Amino acid sequence: MTALDVPVAAVPTATSPTARRRRSRRRAIRPGVALAAVFLVLLVVAALVPEWLAPQDPLALSPDGAFLPPGPGHLLGTDQTGRDVLSRIIHGARPTLILGLGATALAVTGGTLLGLLAGIGGRFVEGTLMRLVDVALAVPDLLLALVVITLVGTGTSNVLFAVAFASVPYYARIVRAQVHVVRRATYVEAATTLGLSRSAVIARHVLPNALKPLVVLATIRIGDAIANGASLSFLGLGTPPPAAEWGSMLSTGIQYISNDWFMLAVPGLAITLTVLAVTVVGRDLRRRSEGRAS
Amino acid sequence: MADPLLTVQNLRVDFDGVTVVDGISFTIGRGECLALVGESGSGKSVTSRSLVGLTGTGARVQVDRLDFDGEDLTRLSQRRWRRVRGARIGFVLQDALSSLDGLRPIGREVAEPLALHTRLTRTARQRRVVELLASVGVPEPEVRARQYPYQLSGGLRQRALIASAIACAPRLLIADEPTTALDATVQAQVLALLETLKTSDGGMLVVSHDLAVVARLADRIAVMRDGVIVEQGPTAQVLGDPRHDYTRALLAAVPGTRPKGTRLSAVPVASEPAAGDTATSASGDGRSPAGDVVEARGLTKSFLGPDGVRRTVVSDVSFTLGQGRTLGIVGESGSGKTTTARMVLGVEQPDAGEVRLHGRDWAGLGQAERRRERRRLQVIYQDPLSSFDPRYTVERVIGEALGVIGHPRGAARRDRTVELLEQVGLDAGYLGRRPLEMSGGQRQRVAIARALAPEPEVIVCDEPVSALDVSVQAQVLDLLADLQQRLGVSYLFISHDLGVIHHVSDQVLVMKDGSVVEAGDTAQIFERPQHAYTRALLAAVPRLHPTSSI
Repeated sequence: MTALDVPVAAVPTATSPTARRRRSRRRAIRPGVALAAVFLVLLVVAALVPEWLAPQDPLALSPDGAFLPPGPGHLLGTDQTGRDVLSRIIHGARPTLILGLGATALAVTGGTLLGLLAGIGGRFVEGTLMRLVDVALAVPDLLLALVVITLVGTGTSNVLFAVAFASVPYYARIVRAQVHVVRRATYVEAATTLGLSRSAVIARHVLPNALKPLVVLATIRIGDAIANGASLSFLGLGTPPPAAEWGSMLSTGIQYISNDWFMLAVPGLAITLTVLAVTVVGRDLRRRSEGRAS
Repeated sequence: MADPLLTVQNLRVDFDGVTVVDGISFTIGRGECLALVGESGSGKSVTSRSLVGLTGTGARVQVDRLDFDGEDLTRLSQRRWRRVRGARIGFVLQDALSSLDGLRPIGREVAEPLALHTRLTRTARQRRVVELLASVGVPEPEVRARQYPYQLSGGLRQRALIASAIACAPRLLIADEPTTALDATVQAQVLALLETLKTSDGGMLVVSHDLAVVARLADRIAVMRDGVIVEQGPTAQVLGDPRHDYTRALLAAVPGTRPKGTRLSAVPVASEPAAGDTATSASGDGRSPAGDVVEARGLTKSFLGPDGVRRTVVSDVSFTLGQGRTLGIVGESGSGKTTTARMVLGVEQPDAGEVRLHGRDWAGLGQAERRRERRRLQVIYQDPLSSFDPRYTVERVIGEALGVIGHPRGAARRDRTVELLEQVGLDAGYLGRRPLEMSGGQRQRVAIARALAPEPEVIVCDEPVSALDVSVQAQVLDLLADLQQRLGVSYLFISHDLGVIHHVSDQVLVMKDGSVVEAGDTAQIFERPQHAYTRALLAAVPRLHPTSSI
């Protein structure tokens, strides 16, 4: 008789839903989440106005100052051409964030369109689309992105497109499932009986309500997009060399691993921390959104 | 009764500082059945749970005296409590589906208290389980004991739950809303079963929102409101000669005994029609019958089940609905009444048969054509909350319905929205509220306002008051009657509740297994039912007074 342990449901007063929401809003922020959030804020500042944070020009060469260890002049040392690593990392934040957000936005858009089409389309459309999605999901993201790169060529925007393409299936799947739930909801039927057209019902009720869980998934997957983008840059398929970009810095660093391991560790750590911070904050958002009824 | 079975003195229960039960006292004598009656939030369920020490987390229970069968329960440790619970106090929970473990056959559920509280061997337990199931009227108990809850009907599940509660022959049996989720005829059977379980030295506590249900079982009734007992006394006295205003209001709110045209709620709820309210009266003045609005002929619908078998859900249903009239469709769950309504609404296509609106074909229209006409047929659902987009405020909900009939945006639409809200007894203060933050009755009012917005000729009401407390139900039924009077709108009113149907309908359709078994004027159906099923249905309705013909 385990059901007896359920708290008595008949009790809450009229104000309780709001009270519950207030409580969840007030819920204490975990220290790890706070740290991740601070890191993300720094990252955004670095992406918007890198010159505020960066001590030096990220592209300024200084042949006699190459491979300097971390020290007063260069907090994180210098690379093989004497460029300041810290400045390059800070300037690298912008392409990284653009890639993460851009690829995610693109993937969400594509996934929503596909999922919606599958959700409201007939049996044939849905079957075809979802089998394709299944196939795409069976291939690792990075591999899928590599296939796209081989088709469209290298370059910053192509990497963004490839990374987006690889995560479309995730979004398509969740949107389709949500559309199926929402289109059977009573409020959708109620809108139909009012005499709204099919497209108006979809635009006003089905789509907005189907997208709710997507927001949370997207915040978490920004991290994956960043990691995938950095991987492609690491392979030399992204932004061409002189520009400061974490993935290509990593790939340069690996050549000098024996005499200057710091050149490898710094961009690696930057990528890791960014992905980690995005994921931690994303999960916290999900945790908070789950407590709510709507 | 010198030595009552249970004595409760000054019971108080708080949840997070909110007092839910505020100092109530009562006794249950040996061989007596006490009913605790009240609406949702009155504290009746919490009271019954606190008697078995299961008030849930966050609850603070205080009681001056809690004696059961000569023992002081306040002094019991958790360990000793477990020996009382299930063995000497049996508890029948409300919702049989969620209270039974879905992963266990019901036989094991019933055997559990036996294993805990008796020394019976496994085979003896199995024998006893079969005996118990047989004693609560479960047919083929050997087979049923091996079945899972989802394989059983609601009535059988409730019986299984009762069997597990009485497995150890408890002295006190507590039943929390034991028949609420059941169909009328099944409810009557379960009530009859509970009646047979009353013994000469044991006691019973029945918790219910339904006065008529407890009238049949209880020797004494305690009426609860806002955590206190407002009136307590012998059943005949409480029902026949209520002392407290609230009890009187509760009794008056029961629709079963009142024909159409009488008010149920004490206070009139609808405000006067606002000045310039001409748009809504366009559809006719009052109740002058001006021909048939809806005409259904031979409606038939079947669905393909998950097992690949095609089942006919509605078969050859015909009726007409006159303007400004109400047609009640009554039937038990699965009788096809909702599917019939959905075909009339045009959200479900009939396999055969036709629906005509003012003599013009309706069911056979193409999508686009029908969309233009949809506003003429509106709907109110049982659960209004799920019929609103969760992101929408009241203003947007009603505004959308106004937009459909081409009402211009801006101040005019807002004024009209307020006007509609006032028509259903709400005011402009609700514009920015979300339905989630409103009570069940308020939500249903918003749903009615939305249904009225496109100025329909017919409103399909699908169990519109089934989820509401009896006093709120009375207000909503009165509101619907007022609106019909003023606007001349016709209702297709679906309910499983014969009392409600009797109160609202001009004509009644009795459905069973997808077919109409009887149709006719309300008075005729209720006074001279022709079909055996109608008679069975009428006989199954619990009555307040044995003499009243529902």
